[in-house]
Amino acid sequence: MAEPRKKALGVVGLYDDVDTLVRAAEQIRDAGHPEWDCHTPYPVHGLDRAMGLRPSVVPYVTLTAGLVGFLTAVVLTGGLSVFQYPIRIGGKALFSWQAFVPIYFELFVLFAALATMASVIWFCRLGRWHSPLHDSGVMSEVVSDRFAITLVATDECHTEDHLRKMLLDAGCRDIRPLVQFEEEDDSIL
Amino acid sequence: MTVKELVLGPAALTTREIGLRELEDDIYRPLESFPTARWWGAISVTGALAGVFVLCVWITVTQGIGTWGNNNPVGWGWAIVNFVFWIGIGHAGTLISAILFLLRQKWRTGIARFAEAMTIFAVICALQFPLIHTGRPWLAMFWLIPYPNDQGIYQNFRSPLMWDVFAVGTYGLVSFMFWFTGLIPDFAIARDRAKNSLRKLIYGLLSLGWTGSNRAWTHYERAYLLFAGLSTPLVLSVHSVVSFDFAVSIIPGWHTTIFPPYFVAGAIFSGFAMVSTLIIILRKMFRLQHVITDNHLAVMNKIIIATSLMVGYAYAVELFMAWYGGIAVERYAFMNRALGPFAWAYWTMVLCNVAAPQLLWFRRIRRSALLMYPVVILVNVGMWFERFVIVVTSLHRDYLPASWDYFKPTWIDAGLLAGSVGLFLTLMLLFCRFLPTISTAELKAVMPAAQPSHGEHHG
Repeated sequence: MAEPRKKALGVVGLYDDVDTLVRAAEQIRDAGHPEWDCHTPYPVHGLDRAMGLRPSVVPYVTLTAGLVGFLTAVVLTGGLSVFQYPIRIGGKALFSWQAFVPIYFELFVLFAALATMASVIWFCRLGRWHSPLHDSGVMSEVVSDRFAITLVATDECHTEDHLRKMLLDAGCRDIRPLVQFEEEDDSIL
Repeated sequence: MTVKELVLGPAALTTREIGLRELEDDIYRPLESFPTARWWGAISVTGALAGVFVLCVWITVTQGIGTWGNNNPVGWGWAIVNFVFWIGIGHAGTLISAILFLLRQKWRTGIARFAEAMTIFAVICALQFPLIHTGRPWLAMFWLIPYPNDQGIYQNFRSPLMWDVFAVGTYGLVSFMFWFTGLIPDFAIARDRAKNSLRKLIYGLLSLGWTGSNRAWTHYERAYLLFAGLSTPLVLSVHSVVSFDFAVSIIPGWHTTIFPPYFVAGAIFSGFAMVSTLIIILRKMFRLQHVITDNHLAVMNKIIIATSLMVGYAYAVELFMAWYGGIAVERYAFMNRALGPFAWAYWTMVLCNVAAPQLLWFRRIRRSALLMYPVVILVNVGMWFERFVIVVTSLHRDYLPASWDYFKPTWIDAGLLAGSVGLFLTLMLLFCRFLPTISTAELKAVMPAAQPSHGEHHG
């Protein structure tokens, strides 16, 4: 296989220490760079605030889906028991909602959980098996025990030298180019 | 060292100072090395047992339920005993992964993944039994799931058996999603450690392209919390609904309101016993004693004592209410349980579930894998007998003395039980070999110095 052509995207800075990372994230947030991210092997407390991220919207999705599940259960049990296939048992009301409470609850949980799983895939932008971090050769360090900040050059003002300086100012001692392989790649990896 | 430090402090997580990289190496070693002779030995035994399961299912399906010991009054035999037994085993997994997560019990991190896997495999084993009990399992899904059909016939949602379908089905699916979500970052670690390209491809696909981006972590963490929040009432509902199968009927010995909490406590009790039974072998097999420590065992043993007392209390209340309620058939049912033809099963249950766990009050026994092992084995046995006592002794003498009968299992019954154990252990062994058995990313996050020093207030 020929050596793939590399396209420069920006820079990636590696940190060994979590305190330095959080301080660096605060600096870059305040500098207001348009496209950047932190990559960590595990969730770091306080990094969301340091990056200025808004709270996740996943809970709203979960609640909405749960309510849809609840309504589905009401329609399913009530519709079948009253209209589609009514059975009189011991003179009890056809719409005996008390007996359907377990179904209401289970479908609430089932729909909410399915939506949460879908949210993880959607909001975490999963299902994209190719990442510039792999091409830049830093992925294995980042998932293991080091922390990274990636800065993407979005226009001419953000030259690589400029971005390097930003990271240097943010206390980074290990700065590498962020690249992406340029070959037409239709395989999933 | 205070009690709080012992349970929550770094001492509970690992027995010595260990770097993140070294921790990772220890956890991923089983995945990345060729299986040992011991593993091959173990899986050939459990695989053979799973083969027995397949054989017995084959005989059941081709020749019918008549091959089992079920008779006229005892229409629910070992199949339902085994079903309830396996569903109960699963509960410890969800308790550890969800409830202890919400309670911020850091010690759970070391054993959560393993216990969750156990939940999923236990639910798989449990589901086999009601399905083969229908006699024609390939048709069962049409009987269980409400779908528009030519006959215009639908399920009766007032039936506890229908609630069971929804409860157990939801439980199985939600447990799987919770488990898989937890695995995503660990698959990414496996992907980037992989030396050969096939391994890289498989773990890469499973990781869904996880990059550890903090923009992903923020949603991921929230979703994980939501899964825990959803699973907590779910786990309490599942065994409650299973207990409704009995409690909603009018059979003396089943028709009691104590059943839901009693079943849930019993489920957690048996689940923790099974976690201990397996994890002691696992940590020895894969040399993880420094990650799954004696502290973990001690904490689990405390939960076993607590739930043992709850179960013992339920046994006592059942007897008391039978006497105090003053209903003749109810009184007879419980006299018959303790003194009738199945008294041997009743007293085995009391001995294993109430008496044996009291040994764990001794610190020496609680903190020693070797000494506690017989106790947890007895609890596993005792909890199977509890379900046997509930199902069989209540049914074998019901209202009409003319229809009373004794219950004798056949070798097919025994084969299905032993076979399901084989199936369960085979799945566990495959899990230990191919997936990271400890939630590595989560464990890294609770290691000393893993979090920013000014982030303490996040607690």
